[in-house]
Amino acid sequence: MKKNVIKWSTIVRVLLVVLLISLVVMPTWFSWAFKPFAPENGPIIYERASLLSLSLSHLGLVALASIAATLVAVSLAILVTRPSGSAFLPLSRTITNMGQTFPPVAVLALAVPALGFGTGPTLVALFLYGLLPIFENAITGFSTLPPATMEAARGLGLSRWQRLIRVEIPLALPVILTGVRLSVVIALGTATIGSTVAAKTLGEVIIAGLLTNNTAYVLQGGLIVGLFAVLIYDALVQLEALLLAKYSISND
Amino acid sequence: MIEIDKISKLYDGVAAVDEVSMTVDTATITVIVGTSGSGKTTLLRMINRLVEPTSGEVRINGKSTHSVSKTDLRRRIGYAIQGHGLFPHYTVARNIAIVPTLLGWSSEKIADRVDELLSLFALEPDQYRDRFPAELSGGQLQRVGVARALASRPDLLLMDEPFGALDPIIRAQAQIDLRRIQQALGSTIMLVTHDMEEAMQLGDRVAVMDQGRLVQYGTPAEIIQKPATEFVVNMVGGVDRSLRLLSLFPVSDFVEEGSAEGESVEANTSLRDALSICLWTGRDALPVVQDGSLLGRVTLDAIRKRAAIS
Ligand SMILES: Nc1ncnc2c1ncn2[C@@H]1O[C@H](COP(=O)(O)OP(=O)(O)OP(=O)(O)O)[C@@H](O)[C@H]1O
Ligand SMILES: [Mg+2]
Repeated sequence: MKKNVIKWSTIVRVLLVVLLISLVVMPTWFSWAFKPFAPENGPIIYERASLLSLSLSHLGLVALASIAATLVAVSLAILVTRPSGSAFLPLSRTITNMGQTFPPVAVLALAVPALGFGTGPTLVALFLYGLLPIFENAITGFSTLPPATMEAARGLGLSRWQRLIRVEIPLALPVILTGVRLSVVIALGTATIGSTVAAKTLGEVIIAGLLTNNTAYVLQGGLIVGLFAVLIYDALVQLEALLLAKYSISND
Repeated sequence: MIEIDKISKLYDGVAAVDEVSMTVDTATITVIVGTSGSGKTTLLRMINRLVEPTSGEVRINGKSTHSVSKTDLRRRIGYAIQGHGLFPHYTVARNIAIVPTLLGWSSEKIADRVDELLSLFALEPDQYRDRFPAELSGGQLQRVGVARALASRPDLLLMDEPFGALDPIIRAQAQIDLRRIQQALGSTIMLVTHDMEEAMQLGDRVAVMDQGRLVQYGTPAEIIQKPATEFVVNMVGGVDRSLRLLSLFPVSDFVEEGSAEGESVEANTSLRDALSICLWTGRDALPVVQDGSLLGRVTLDAIRKRAAIS
């Protein structure tokens, strides 16, 4: 029974990956499917830029912003969970919360005068948006470590640095990864808005569809972004499960 | 030899440990016993400087614990605590290897030491080496915790209620094992407990603490025969033969009229348990209830009298 379930999910995963790759690399294969949504005699498949290069640039932006957000949020969380940094906990929470309450469009609008059109403002918006979930989770991870383990680590003679690297980060990692996962999925969706300030993302396809009343474009763009989100989310869930199983933390 | 020299710890002006001096001989077990809050843990943690003393000094083989860095000191002193504190993301072997690794031992030497310790603690190395803590029973976890504390052949092993989380049968076995291993390795051990019976059973010498002070320090026989204060009398009053006797009687047989402060006990509670509640909570009498209604009280005096009759 269990074996069957695993097989099923693997089959679905492989099918979705194949579908995604063909949508990106061989979009013309799907003309028949999108045709009903395209205007009479209008273009069916987006051809102003290759979907592959748009996808790569979309993913690149998300990866860059998420990596930066992870580094900053985790470092901040480490600092404010040290005894000497605990005074900054409320302040850093406020700042990251503000990052989150700002609508992405507003961030873009504000960033354009400073950074010009293109990739810059989009990166800033994605970065700010990614901070909060990672920061919150990292704080939770670092402040809920098993107390007996931390006491033992100190008592055995691990230095602060050794405790951080060998005990705290590995034990907090699954919780941090949950935050990274949320943040990456949000970023994948938010990146589409970047096209309004001329960043190269899959949002270009959707916006072109909206401007020319071409639902086929909107569907193509949406479908590709959606599939990326689902598959990346799933991959990160698998990674977390793998870590948790390895540490077998379920016991206490 | 460990010399504790007039060591004190004040928290907000209140002494958790008050001018304690004692000398611990090499290759002996010293048990520190006392009620909750008497300063046992604080005393123990000042030895490996997890707590910095307000005044006084600890010397190990003549050298002050402040003559080396905290981390170097701790790597020379084994430390085992209640709830074992194993690293959940390390295998049993890696957990035991933590201090030897920090000390830079070669990997062959570490592997040999791990297997030697596992065998010593009756854990088949091939079977347990690569397990994670989540895959062990409570008793096994505790043994690995002690093995880890002994891994680098420390000058001294500190144990804070190491058997506190174990059920009575496993606990008895763990005490026997500890004795056997201590004799085999010739280790010097300081162990904290609030269980006087455990102290009598394990200790070459027993240190009784009350409100931060060391009130008596001697062999178990000395403590039983010549208790230094009323407090020690109370602590040892019920130990061993009398204690076993007390566990046979329910408090309902000894209820008298009157009231008492604090949480009540059920009528079928044994005198032995009532005694430990008295000592633990520092009360002279406990209210007794049956089916929710108050029967009266049982006094520490009555319990002590019953224990003395034997
Ligand atoms: N970090 C601290 N700050 C303030 N007071 C403390 C601190 N640690 C311990 N104390 C106080 O010092 C006293 C002794 O505590 P300690 O933990 O040494 O007792 P103990 O004998 O180990 O008790 P138990 O058997 O309950 O573990 C207690 O009154 C406790 O409240
Ligand atoms: Mg204690």
